[in-house]
Amino acid sequence: MKFEQASPPNPIDQERVVTRPFTRIEGPLKVSGQAPYAYEYGLPEAPTYGFVLGAGIAHGRVTRIDTTQAEAAPGVLLVLTHENMPAQARSDTPVPQQREASPQLSGPEIRHYHQAVAFVVAETFEQARAAANLIEVEYEVTPGQFTLADTVDSGKEPKDAVDSVVGDFESAFADAAATVDLTFTTPDQSQAPMEPHATIAQWDGDQLTVHTAHQVVHWVRRGLALTLNVPQKDVRVVAAFIGGGFGTKLLFFSDAVLSAAAARLLGRPVKTTLHRPLIFNNTSHRAATIQRVRLGADPDGTLHAVGHDTWTGNLPGGDSEPACEQTKYLYGGEHRQIRTRQSELDLPPGASMRAPGEAVGMLALEGAMDELAEKLGLDPVELRLRNDVQFDPEKGPKRPFSSRRLAAALRTGAKAFGWDDRPRAPRERQDGEWYVGYGVASAFRTNLVMPSGATVRLNPGGTLTVETQMTDIGTGSYTVLAQVAAEMLGLDLNQVEVKLGDSDFPQASGSGGSWGANSSSAGVYAACDELRRDLAQKAGYQSANAVFRGGKVWQGAECTELSELAGKGGVEATARMTYGDLTEQFMQAGFGAHFVEVGVNAHTGEVRVRRALSVVAAGRILNPVTARSQCLGGMTMGIGSALMEALHVDHDLGLFVNHDLGEYHVPVHADIPDLDVLFLDELDDQSSPLRAKGVGELGISGVGAAVANAVYNASGVRVRDFPITLDKILAGWDD
Amino acid sequence: MRAFSYTRADTPQAAAQAAEATGTKFIAGGTNLLDLMKLDIEQPSRLVDVSRLNLRDVTDTPDGGLHVGALVTNTDLANHPRVKADYAVLTRAIVAGASGQIRNKATTGGNLLQRARCPYFYDTNLPCNKRDPGTGCAALRGLSRTLAVIGTSDACIAQHPSDMAVALRVLDATVSTLKPDGTARTLTLDEFYRLPEDTPHLETTLEPGELITGVTLPPPVGGTHLYRKVRDRASYAFALVSVAAIVDGDRVRVAFGGVAPRPWRVPDAEDAYAQAKADGRADALIDRAFEGARPTEENAFKVPLLRRTLKAVLAQAGQEAQA
Ligand SMILES: Cc1cc2nc3c(=O)[nH]c(=O)nc-3n(C[C@H](O)[C@H](O)[C@H](O)COP(=O)(O)OP(=O)(O)OC[C@H]3O[C@@H](n4cnc5c(N)ncnc54)[C@H](O)[C@@H]3O)c2cc1C
Ligand code: SF4
Repeated sequence: MKFEQASPPNPIDQERVVTRPFTRIEGPLKVSGQAPYAYEYGLPEAPTYGFVLGAGIAHGRVTRIDTTQAEAAPGVLLVLTHENMPAQARSDTPVPQQREASPQLSGPEIRHYHQAVAFVVAETFEQARAAANLIEVEYEVTPGQFTLADTVDSGKEPKDAVDSVVGDFESAFADAAATVDLTFTTPDQSQAPMEPHATIAQWDGDQLTVHTAHQVVHWVRRGLALTLNVPQKDVRVVAAFIGGGFGTKLLFFSDAVLSAAAARLLGRPVKTTLHRPLIFNNTSHRAATIQRVRLGADPDGTLHAVGHDTWTGNLPGGDSEPACEQTKYLYGGEHRQIRTRQSELDLPPGASMRAPGEAVGMLALEGAMDELAEKLGLDPVELRLRNDVQFDPEKGPKRPFSSRRLAAALRTGAKAFGWDDRPRAPRERQDGEWYVGYGVASAFRTNLVMPSGATVRLNPGGTLTVETQMTDIGTGSYTVLAQVAAEMLGLDLNQVEVKLGDSDFPQASGSGGSWGANSSSAGVYAACDELRRDLAQKAGYQSANAVFRGGKVWQGAECTELSELAGKGGVEATARMTYGDLTEQFMQAGFGAHFVEVGVNAHTGEVRVRRALSVVAAGRILNPVTARSQCLGGMTMGIGSALMEALHVDHDLGLFVNHDLGEYHVPVHADIPDLDVLFLDELDDQSSPLRAKGVGELGISGVGAAVANAVYNASGVRVRDFPITLDKILAGWDD
Repeated sequence: MRAFSYTRADTPQAAAQAAEATGTKFIAGGTNLLDLMKLDIEQPSRLVDVSRLNLRDVTDTPDGGLHVGALVTNTDLANHPRVKADYAVLTRAIVAGASGQIRNKATTGGNLLQRARCPYFYDTNLPCNKRDPGTGCAALRGLSRTLAVIGTSDACIAQHPSDMAVALRVLDATVSTLKPDGTARTLTLDEFYRLPEDTPHLETTLEPGELITGVTLPPPVGGTHLYRKVRDRASYAFALVSVAAIVDGDRVRVAFGGVAPRPWRVPDAEDAYAQAKADGRADALIDRAFEGARPTEENAFKVPLLRRTLKAVLAQAGQEAQA
């Protein structure tokens, strides 16, 4: 099925099951510990345990590696290094970093800290770890480049973020009545999912089965097959439950490749989890950025010049942190200049993390808007309203937004939050020791759709089974897909069983970029549509007239039980949703507004968020419970990135030094107060038959800026070097 | 974690004797030691488990003070009625640290001996004189934002991470120990903790096998007891700075955490406070207590932050005294 025209009315519009607030159907399995994550599958034979030893230098080569002691250690079965690792090839997946990241132990060169230098397999995890500590490695260190700020002059225009220039920005900026010209920096950050990267690999003859923690099943299947030089058809990937990915599980790493290679050599299953301190430097992270935002406006706030430059870095061959992205679309203005420069750094691979681009780009753009509003003496909500635009500002009215309720989100949020009651000047309001401030920011995230397929099977007895490679990384895919299928076939939710994350099922969108719910639902929709046609035909009805309700298919007053149509063998349909060029014709994005109240301690400069509201317009909200959870998570991450999340680079040694969850701070419960989410009614006809758009990342895109703006409103200090830690507030108070 | 042998001691004396040999460590709650063993930072060849020794009582001393057995958990100590009533700074300090689960396992003796939280100490690939003497100190020119500003040396600038110990210092608590030869000692905290000088791997004056048997609190001194911990997130983080204070009219006792290799208290500074004019007291105390501080560029903010935090604590004491 191809989605290439605005969606006509369809069975989802009944909203009998879809849009209802069901809690997760797999919830009981998870809270009772029965949902197996990658590392937890039972195996027919005793597994062996792998342990990855990471390089102790950032850049150079291994000159000697002595595994004698490790090999003689109790329980050790195999030690792999670059000297005995079987030949591999490069993989390719849609993530360019994967090419270089796939082959493991492929040579003595060290490209980044904690890159795997050895892999020990033993009868127990403890034996493998103890033996790894006995490996002696000598290195030759060569100088590397670890400091983004030192490379800004050598940055190149990246292929994935080409310059976009409209009109004459420089002149318009020079002539503008009011301008801001501000530089922001955001640090390297770690996705830090709760579940570490983990794999169990098992061979049966030439057939490889991998249970692994990955967001997109067919990417890891293809990538692993290419890396290991085996046909894709011989590789089965299972990823039925995933404990968060946040982008880092769009790639696969040493646990997957080395477990698979070792399992083949040993003829026994190998299970490996990356231990926590390895994850920060061995796997991917979000790259740091330096961003310069220049805005030029009329005295009434109308923007004429919009400029955003981003400097970022990565290992050679990696893609960029697209921090300018939102600036192309969020506000009007006829002169625009948006540029990214990427340099080569010898830090670990930068890759997708929680709203790549917008999460950090919005910190800059929305901070700059706040400063412009202050300069103009305008309400920051009003400044945003005045620059709302209903078409892609680069392409003009010929490319309208498919739906855009930014203004409604700002107005609704302002009212619900009590924005009118905000302090008008910094340090104006105090509650005990705390200066109180309010901040606002828009929310924006490009809507992405991906082809996705599914099989639906009407079982004897009349229940339905859905099978798709789609993953559930904690977002609620199981529940939402069951709702879509139940709606389409006129069943109750508990009559639908959903099976996910197995490469034996039809290829699906996977989870990432907030495309998952909408895209995978569209795949299930397509399969259900086909099944409906088959069933109507079987019942002898005109499929156009058939109505599915209450476990029956109806034509007028006539009906047939689905169980009857299922017969003894059941009826099955498989289909795939693909897309035409509606994303070209229409700019598609989710919009919203974030409102935040913070306290800044007048003595210590500590910042605490007191309350926050996000108003979200993201098409049809397929399930308000799971969508709300997505937003709450996004808001929490946004607060974290504003106030605490940072990987600290040692600029001599070339690593992220705070590589554990003790020192890499994410918010804890005590940091997160009452959060509230309001969804605006919206149906997006151009995005899919579900009329839905991505939700999760809207929660994060902008919320950090609202925090930063509130910190200024409370304290009078603008911190543009994220995260906003108390030392930076104290420096601003300058006493 | 390397292979080790394990024995469980039945009496304090037996424990001390069993632990005298090189490479032996006591294990109590294990919340710090096991983490460090897993990361190959501590490599004991032998563990002596002291967790079942009969050192888990809190008892009144004849002079009206309190004796706390070395194995009293952080949770039990914080919740003890006499601690809450007479030594509230200790309760407040303990509950500002770690998490409920960890405090349930963590012991009084283990807490005093928890090791540095410097990130370089935590990675065996990196230079660190404390972990691997003679390899250098990577923090000196690297990440030092959280580290100490006073009492440090060119060999090590790590701070002592304990919250509990800061309160014990302000209470003038002493540490009781038992040596393998059966002799008992009583040490003030300043006698117990060493400064790093050029041997940062030696953190206390304990001798091989010497067991902490308990901590003694002198008779209550009254006053308003406060503990204020300033950190990068609202919970579950070590102190950037902390202030333990007992305020009684014009007299204060103040110890500082997160800023020195041991809980930092300078009695002279408390006299300076008493002698200064009302509006210059906090500054007088800080100026004296942090005379000679040697912060790095990254952690220079700690000295003004200490000043501000002390003022906040004194303001709070004023309010609590009124209420
Ligand atoms: C995630 C996390 C967060 C934390 N946050 C904080 C915090 O915010 N503030 C804070 O103050 N602390 C914090 N801690 C540290 C915690 O307080 C210590 O781990 C705990 O107090 C150690 O006690 P234990 O009994 O478990 O010691 P163990 O781990 O058993 O032992 C620690 C050391 O003490 C020695 N030892 C133990 N008992 C004796 C004895 N009787 N005599 C001689 N030597 C002995 C051991 O040999 C070992 O060297 C945190 C810990 C963790 C894991
Ligand atoms: S400060 Fe101390 S603990 Fe940290 S690296 Fe230096 S020597 Fe090691």
